[in-house]
Amino acid sequence: MVNMESWDWDTQEKTVSDTNGWKDKFEWVEEFQASPDGEKVAAIVKTGEAEFSVCVNGEAWENTFDKCWYLRYGPDGRLSCIVSSEMEWTVAVDGQAWDQSFGYVMEVKFSEDGKNVCAFIQQDGMYGAAINGEPWENLYSNMTNFAISSDGQHTAGSVQTEPMDEGDIFKFQSGIFTAAVDGKAWDKTFVNVWNKAFSPDGKRLAAEARMTLYDYTIVVDGVPWSEIYSCVWEPIFNPKTGAVVAPVKVGASWTLAQDGKTMWNRSFVQCWQQIFSPDASRVAAVVAPKYGKWTVAIDGEAWHSIFDDMVSDMVFSPDGRRLAAVGKNDYDYSVIVDDTVWNGTYDMLWQPVFSPDSQNVAIRAEKQGRQTIVMNGKPWKQECEQVWDPVFSPDGSKVLIRSIEGGRYIRRVLPTTELTG
Amino acid sequence: MHGLYNFVRGPLAWVAFILFVGGTLYRLIAMLVIARKKDNVVFDYFSLFYGLRSIFHWIIPFANRNSRQRPIFTIVTFAFHICLLAAPILLLAHVLLWDESFGISWWTLPEGVADIMTLIVIGGCIYFLWRRLTQPEVKFVTFASDFVILAIVAAPFITGFLAYHQWLGYKFWLILHILAGEVMLVAIPFTRLAHMIYSPFTRAYMGSEFGSVRHARDW
Amino acid sequence: MAEGQVIDGIYFNEVWEDAGLDEGTKKLTPEKIEKVINKVLEGETGARLKVYVDTCVHCGLCSDACHYYLSHDKDPTYAPVAKVKQTMWEMIKKKGRVSPTFMKRASQIASTQCNVCMRCAMYCPFGIDIAYIMSVVRRICHFLGITPLYIQDTAHSHAVTMNQMWVKNDEWPDTLQWQEEDAQEEIPTLRIPLEKEGADIMYSVIGPEPKFLAQLLYQAAVIFETAGLNWTMPATPGWDNSDMAMYTCDNEIMGRVKRVHFETARRLRVKKIVMGECGHAFRSIYDRGNRWLAWKMHPVYVEHAIEFYYNLLKSGKIKIAKKYEESVTLHDPCNVMRGRGLYEMARYVVNEMCADFREMEPNREHNYCCCAGGGVINCGPPFKMTRMLGNRVKAEQIAATGAKVCISPCHNCHSGLEDIVSHYKLGVHVKFISDILYEVMEKPGAV
Ligand code: SF4
Ligand code: SF4
Repeated sequence: MVNMESWDWDTQEKTVSDTNGWKDKFEWVEEFQASPDGEKVAAIVKTGEAEFSVCVNGEAWENTFDKCWYLRYGPDGRLSCIVSSEMEWTVAVDGQAWDQSFGYVMEVKFSEDGKNVCAFIQQDGMYGAAINGEPWENLYSNMTNFAISSDGQHTAGSVQTEPMDEGDIFKFQSGIFTAAVDGKAWDKTFVNVWNKAFSPDGKRLAAEARMTLYDYTIVVDGVPWSEIYSCVWEPIFNPKTGAVVAPVKVGASWTLAQDGKTMWNRSFVQCWQQIFSPDASRVAAVVAPKYGKWTVAIDGEAWHSIFDDMVSDMVFSPDGRRLAAVGKNDYDYSVIVDDTVWNGTYDMLWQPVFSPDSQNVAIRAEKQGRQTIVMNGKPWKQECEQVWDPVFSPDGSKVLIRSIEGGRYIRRVLPTTELTG
Repeated sequence: MHGLYNFVRGPLAWVAFILFVGGTLYRLIAMLVIARKKDNVVFDYFSLFYGLRSIFHWIIPFANRNSRQRPIFTIVTFAFHICLLAAPILLLAHVLLWDESFGISWWTLPEGVADIMTLIVIGGCIYFLWRRLTQPEVKFVTFASDFVILAIVAAPFITGFLAYHQWLGYKFWLILHILAGEVMLVAIPFTRLAHMIYSPFTRAYMGSEFGSVRHARDW
Repeated sequence: MAEGQVIDGIYFNEVWEDAGLDEGTKKLTPEKIEKVINKVLEGETGARLKVYVDTCVHCGLCSDACHYYLSHDKDPTYAPVAKVKQTMWEMIKKKGRVSPTFMKRASQIASTQCNVCMRCAMYCPFGIDIAYIMSVVRRICHFLGITPLYIQDTAHSHAVTMNQMWVKNDEWPDTLQWQEEDAQEEIPTLRIPLEKEGADIMYSVIGPEPKFLAQLLYQAAVIFETAGLNWTMPATPGWDNSDMAMYTCDNEIMGRVKRVHFETARRLRVKKIVMGECGHAFRSIYDRGNRWLAWKMHPVYVEHAIEFYYNLLKSGKIKIAKKYEESVTLHDPCNVMRGRGLYEMARYVVNEMCADFREMEPNREHNYCCCAGGGVINCGPPFKMTRMLGNRVKAEQIAATGAKVCISPCHNCHSGLEDIVSHYKLGVHVKFISDILYEVMEKPGAV
């Protein structure tokens, strides 16, 4: 994990950079990205004719590129961007492009500690992944659903193992897709393989698969469950036991299954996005107990608060006792924590964040074009052009708020009590 | 003859009414139950306002495009259906029976009018028969059962007409008339005549989908 | 086309060769057919199908709704109710005991002789939804593996790539970047913002746009840029809103594709999705796909291009520099007219843009289907003539307006109408709204 203790939790407020000036320097400034510790703000900028770079706190990287996109801070505070020079694409980390470049880079993912930067790449019309610039030895003629392990040491994709002529439906139905881990494909092939999940230690891989056009199941390390379903959604691993859990459709309704056996004795009209609590004692999923009615179910028990449009962004508290999510009715998003809906609705909400002691919940929110942080249902008094997700200090007493106000990027550390009121 | 008359007028009429009411209720309830179980969306999108809006556009002649495009059919079918329902209910002879049995009565049609309405129903049946025999798009989807149903509908009116005019023995036609009426009543819930029961629902459902989801008209 | 033929006791009004249908039929056994039909009828249908079948009085009043029927000089085998007779009635009556050849014919009818356009639902006095019944037939054909080859391949593409055209994960963002670069020649400040989390709008399109119709992406970018909107496009799968799996009735894949689409919008934290000029995609998002997933309506508001342009013109965010002079007519695509009632908005947009607008007759929700929709054009070349012969009325309808340009705010209709225009030698250009809007709008940022 990232060491947050060393971050500056004392400076109450500082303007890190006045981004108004950036527009004078560069004719083109894209959207801002804030570093996790709040000390830096960055954006892709145009530095010259068909020349792009990244500006951090007002200073552009020395290196420039023909194109830049997908600028993102990793959890460790290093800044990555997909860049191209001379028709080749690669990833630049803190301004330094990887040695290897590729035909294209379409996705970048970070390990939990940010140390490993993984990319989904194409080289000479073949597809695969690269970790810190090092590509798979084997590439495939097609790949989708790029996934990485939490330590970023392993990457996987759904790959095509045999060529297929255009429109050859019979070849396709014979099963020419499988999953490849670190470039090595499973022996068994399937009609389709979709979303995948690595076990916490990165050694095992589970995936959604379709064995024929009609028979769905979960495949773990190339071995399908013995049970067949009419549909399945993405699997996850139990972080403690290593069991695999996925939503499965039995008859007309959905439920959760573990290692091929029904796990919940209740079923729903829909069930997906399941997550484990950190201690793995509880599992929650977004469910529709009735058609068009959405809520959260924990261990099969549905909450009473219902949303018409959707429920998303579930997160367990660190102690595993509490759960927060976002719900939506018509145009209004609201936060729901432990089956209680906060007062106040918003035009947009991001993912809720729990304090380390699990006591407080804060969230980035937008209303009428202004953004702020809402804590335990109470909006912060300051309304900003933009804020980023709030970050609690390791002891939970303070909150780091990153915002843009009047074009100035400001880093604030506020006592949690100031927000809880 | 008299014993037979008493039988068709008495016990058989009861049986027919019970089967008609019971059958209709059964079909309705069965529909709602399987809809709840397997087609719940029907309820989820149901809108009373748009359902009724649609029904209105289809029970008023020429209030929808298809009926404007087929004026003759529209006139025939509306006249047919109105007479089909109104004539038996508002016929003096029928109301007298109700009065006799249960002591209830209501306004009735002048006999001459009822007679014309009966002829309209019979004429309608002939028109539908003609369509089934000659119009390719109707003929192609016509089964023997469609003729049987047509006959079931026509029979009470033809026999009633004959009985009223007392050609070739009143009693004979009367008994046949009552029998035919009973057959028709029983046939309603158990044949395609069930469109009488279902159509408000199918129309209202389509009206709801078009009105509240699609924001479009369905006429 | 060979004229109508009786094969194995089954009447085929048209005979074409299609590997998907032909090979699939060879593998069928009566047992399998019986099992699948009963499984679908018992497991997936309920009151609606039953009531529709019991209520239909075999009156044939729905016939005149159908362009196939009208174009084939009222050949009764093309009447909507006749399609039910030749498929579902028989399956129900025989309790699934029908022959492989019967099923082949059923698949031909449901997949290529019905556009599931729902026009007949507006002509049946009871509102019987024959398009729904045809979808149930397609669902059975899907389970039996007798879906026409081209559209089946497209459904496979959706299953693998989540888009319609086997567009690979790199090809999509790459294409957008090229379009952005091209468009900057015209408007130097123009940007196609990829993966911009927190934008107001996610713009989504259908698979053929990056593949063959990249100018549409260009035009859309110019419109967004000129209107000054905060928008984005995803760089990941989920960008494609189209859905041929909906039309093969591979509902599981349809649901998967729609889920990715909406979850991508949620991931990007956009307030709404604006979609390009496509009809079937709208249906999949607004009607079929969302429902399969248990979303009663679209979980993120989806604005069809017609409504989007309407709002832009109405609010003055886009202004017209000079009206389009050529005479135009407007084709009303079923899925956004009968499917969403956008007809008046479409007329407002067309009248704002064009000086000489001529209505087709009939129009709005009564307009004839293009005969390409419902997945029929996606059944590919083997069935092209089915569409041409099946829609003479559309050609006549267009010709009667005397217009030089036919505007079609839907991809399927657009391609289908182009075929019809050339088959019947109408000498008309088929255009999207955005083709004309791009031409006539003020572009203050252009150099
Ligand atoms: S093409 Fe349209 S009008 Fe014809 S049968 Fe199909 S849904 Fe009905
Ligand atoms: S579908 Fe409707 S219009 Fe067509 S034959 Fe049946 S009842 Fe008549």
